[in-house]
Amino acid sequence: MAFLLVIAFTIVVQRSLISATMLAGFFSLLMAVTFVLLDAVDVAFAEAAVGAGITTMLLLGTIGLTGPQEKVPRRQWMPLFVTAGSAAMLIYGTFDLPLLGSPHSPAYTHVAPYYIEHAEIETGVPNMVTAVLASYRGYDTLGELFVILTAGLGVLMMLGLRGAGTGSHAGGGGEISMTQHSILRVITKLLIPFILLFALYVQFHGESGPGGGFQAGTLFAAAFILYALVYGTSYARRVIPARGLYMLMALGVLLYAGTGLASFLFGANFLDYGVFANDFASGQLLGIFLVELGVGITVAATMITVFLALAERRHQ
Amino acid sequence: MIGALGLYNYWIVVALMMTGLYVVISRSNLIKKIIGLNIFQSSVFLFFISLGKVDHGTAPIASHTANVHGEILYANPLPHVLILTAIVVGVSTTAVALALIVRVYEAYGTVEDDELHKAEHSP
Repeated sequence: MAFLLVIAFTIVVQRSLISATMLAGFFSLLMAVTFVLLDAVDVAFAEAAVGAGITTMLLLGTIGLTGPQEKVPRRQWMPLFVTAGSAAMLIYGTFDLPLLGSPHSPAYTHVAPYYIEHAEIETGVPNMVTAVLASYRGYDTLGELFVILTAGLGVLMMLGLRGAGTGSHAGGGGEISMTQHSILRVITKLLIPFILLFALYVQFHGESGPGGGFQAGTLFAAAFILYALVYGTSYARRVIPARGLYMLMALGVLLYAGTGLASFLFGANFLDYGVFANDFASGQLLGIFLVELGVGITVAATMITVFLALAERRHQ
Repeated sequence: MIGALGLYNYWIVVALMMTGLYVVISRSNLIKKIIGLNIFQSSVFLFFISLGKVDHGTAPIASHTANVHGEILYANPLPHVLILTAIVVGVSTTAVALALIVRVYEAYGTVEDDELHKAEHSP
């Protein structure tokens, strides 16, 4: 874990933004390993897919537009004092925290034991993270999905995508693609089906193993981004036109909210899936499945849209 | 974990958080600031996940094979849920920030904070 710190410090002194970005990607990967050691497999999954994959791509896309070098900053002592002061206070604060792994810590003694004991019986889902995410705290997740959708819309408003019609001239001038590298092309072609298959597995197996809509969505987007990188964005645009992406972004949220509304029709509360089947647990299972599917669709579509918006910006 | 080692994770969190904060305050390049913000954010993730860890525990996926003590201890699933969603929301907000940076660059031709300040005040 000290290695995380080393990388963070290297990022600070790094002048080249590209190496800083690459180090940040490695930092995320290391963070994911740390999460596995701390028993948070689902989180590690998301961190690896998002931090090491998508954030890096987005940062590189922006750097490609704005230039790779950072100006040499002036020496300033004020920030150093501020951070050192806050660090001292925060370290002092840690002495009141429960020790790592203590089973008596307050975080572990309130609502968590209830989830751990009842999640599998009440929802029929062995993965408690999925159960809490999609069922017990379904409202939060719906809200977060709306945040993602809003972020996607915000990027679209600021950068915009080329219309579906103009996106189709293949290999237009100035396009960034690596079509001339045949090794990359062949390897990508081999890899993508497996990434997609893995994304689907993560999506539909998220109830019983680590995984779920968020991770699957980012993996799916990562496969698509890889394709777009190697073959160029206009080829990628033929796979999914802009209009389709917009629709998918909204469709996921609608599917989630619609599942919530459907439980009204059965006379239950919003997002109360127990009523979908005769047996409470299988109703929950169905509800969680639909909700996770909605999450996956919106996350994947939003990530792809954001990437395309950044990548296509340069040749407008 | 015993003694001071039990707090080791939190110290790493503090150090990472302050590193991120330092980058945000001291660097004038907007992209570098975003990277700093991401480090800061990761430290918060690490903090939450550390709170969810339980000694001799396992990942919160129900299994029916008990460990040597005859019972199963699971890590706290709640922080995992919060952080899982926070990571994906985090990348969306990063994307919005980057889009803003691109627009700033197109309008002013620079992403350095102080040059932007100058450009604003001397039209």
